[in-house]
Amino acid sequence: MFIRQISIFIENRPGRLAAVTQLLGDAGIDIRSLSLADTKDFGILRLIVNKPDMAIGVLKDAGCTITVTNVVGVKIPDRPGGLAEILQILNRADVNVEYMYAFVNRSSDRADVIFRMDNEEKGLRVLQENEVAILSCDEVYDS
Amino acid sequence: MERYWNAEMECMDRDSLETLQSYRLMRTVRRVYDNVPLYRERMDAAGVKPEDIRSIKDLHKLPFTYKQDLRDTYPYGLFAVPMNQVVRVHASSGTTGKKIVVGYTANDLDMWSECCARALTAAGADNTDFMHVSYGYGLFTGGFGVHGGAEKVGMTVIPVSTGNSKQQINVLKDFGSTFICCTPSYALSLAETMAEMGVTKDDIKLRAGLFGAEPWTEEMRRDIEQKLGIKAMDIYGLTEIMGPGVAFECSEQTGMHINEDHFIPEIIDPDTGEVLPEGAQGELVFTCISKEAFPMLRYRTRDIVTLERGVCSCGRTFVKMKKPAGRSDDMLIIRGVNVFPSQIESVLLSLGNTAPYYQIIVDRVNNNDTFEIQVEISPDMFTDTVGNLEEQTKRIREAVHTTLGIQAKITLVEPKSIPRAEGKSVHVIDRRKLH
Repeated sequence: MFIRQISIFIENRPGRLAAVTQLLGDAGIDIRSLSLADTKDFGILRLIVNKPDMAIGVLKDAGCTITVTNVVGVKIPDRPGGLAEILQILNRADVNVEYMYAFVNRSSDRADVIFRMDNEEKGLRVLQENEVAILSCDEVYDS
Repeated sequence: MERYWNAEMECMDRDSLETLQSYRLMRTVRRVYDNVPLYRERMDAAGVKPEDIRSIKDLHKLPFTYKQDLRDTYPYGLFAVPMNQVVRVHASSGTTGKKIVVGYTANDLDMWSECCARALTAAGADNTDFMHVSYGYGLFTGGFGVHGGAEKVGMTVIPVSTGNSKQQINVLKDFGSTFICCTPSYALSLAETMAEMGVTKDDIKLRAGLFGAEPWTEEMRRDIEQKLGIKAMDIYGLTEIMGPGVAFECSEQTGMHINEDHFIPEIIDPDTGEVLPEGAQGELVFTCISKEAFPMLRYRTRDIVTLERGVCSCGRTFVKMKKPAGRSDDMLIIRGVNVFPSQIESVLLSLGNTAPYYQIIVDRVNNNDTFEIQVEISPDMFTDTVGNLEEQTKRIREAVHTTLGIQAKITLVEPKSIPRAEGKSVHVIDRRKLH
């Protein structure tokens, strides 16, 4: 059960991040989660939104450079060692995590984390085999 | 008192000079017509025969030659003597990375040394001086050109070539160099290294330097003079015509005397090719009238220049050219290296996944040229990881370095963020204020 993440190239210039997020806001798209990877010269804004198809259309029309990647949302028990257990499962299966970031939820007993893995098919399979709870699309997108 | 290397030539009256020029021009035209197919074809096409050139007043009848002609005839197609008479070649980069090649006979090398000897003598050098040559030795004309002139003068030549600034400072100090030649930006970089090493201008014996091979300003001149405690003289030249020494400054430091007994300058309108009246600004065109191996006829230098006739306080009668005020093409000189925007375009196209939308930003920070290329990102290049984009940037940087021979900072920018319009201004932002 993959979630579609939209990545946008952001030039290191004042106002660029604001302009891109404004585009989505104007289209009535809700950003469910985001992560910004930045270097000295450029940034990559990664988004999980409630209406991915619409967001892709809006961003492409505006001339943004985007790419869509499959990521996995993992529900992690909110206790010490919770994240480490998940990472061990992936490590044993030889799946590397390229990056991850938190997904906002309203529950207090667990933390949801977005995983971008080098082999997302295999990663998802081993997580499911180990009965790790996975965030479903219904919980992310508007139906 | 002004000193000359060859007063007879340098101070010759105009009538005698023009007679000499006419004689040499006629001989050169006849020789290249007989020996170089390209010139013969061009002259035939223009309906000009060697016998139509009877004095320098007929010069305008001859067709122009262009840098492209050197590329089309690469490597030896424009040589006017058999290769067994050619004792040296030099080369410089062309717009597509292909070099242009020029050749010299023994007489040509002697004439080149003579021209540089005049420049050195005008700067105050004699056979008691030590000449520190920090121009590059190799295919580049800088090192060998001034080297030959300095030996002719009888100076003690120290052929240091480029690089390793700390060692250069030690050589300057220990060997007692009194003269130096290099690019003006390298002179300032040496001054900085001296400061870092705690060496002051009183610790070295330099008293003058010859600087050229890249554009520089009067501010840079004052900076060099003050920091190194020397007199900084301008020297002009280009590989196609000879190398350094085509023109040189005298004590007046208000322009460079062109060695007119060897090179005839003209100023033309770069768009129409019309010869412009004296004193007008336009493109500088040179005709070599004494060279044997590689005598260019009406070569378009692309440098925008003003010529100034009239009496110079130094006593020389050779016409003076002002520092080039720009280029009539889009060539940039960055850290002494010729860069054409078209080279960057071909690099980007050759990489496959990059779009040919780019902008070059050149600046001068602490006397060093900075060279940035902004490249619009293409959808093919983009993925969600930083590592990938850094890899792409590195790939462009390495390809640019391979083609141009100098390092550039590569910045990826958003699509359509670089202005689209006709003309070169889109591709180049030069903030160096060199002219």
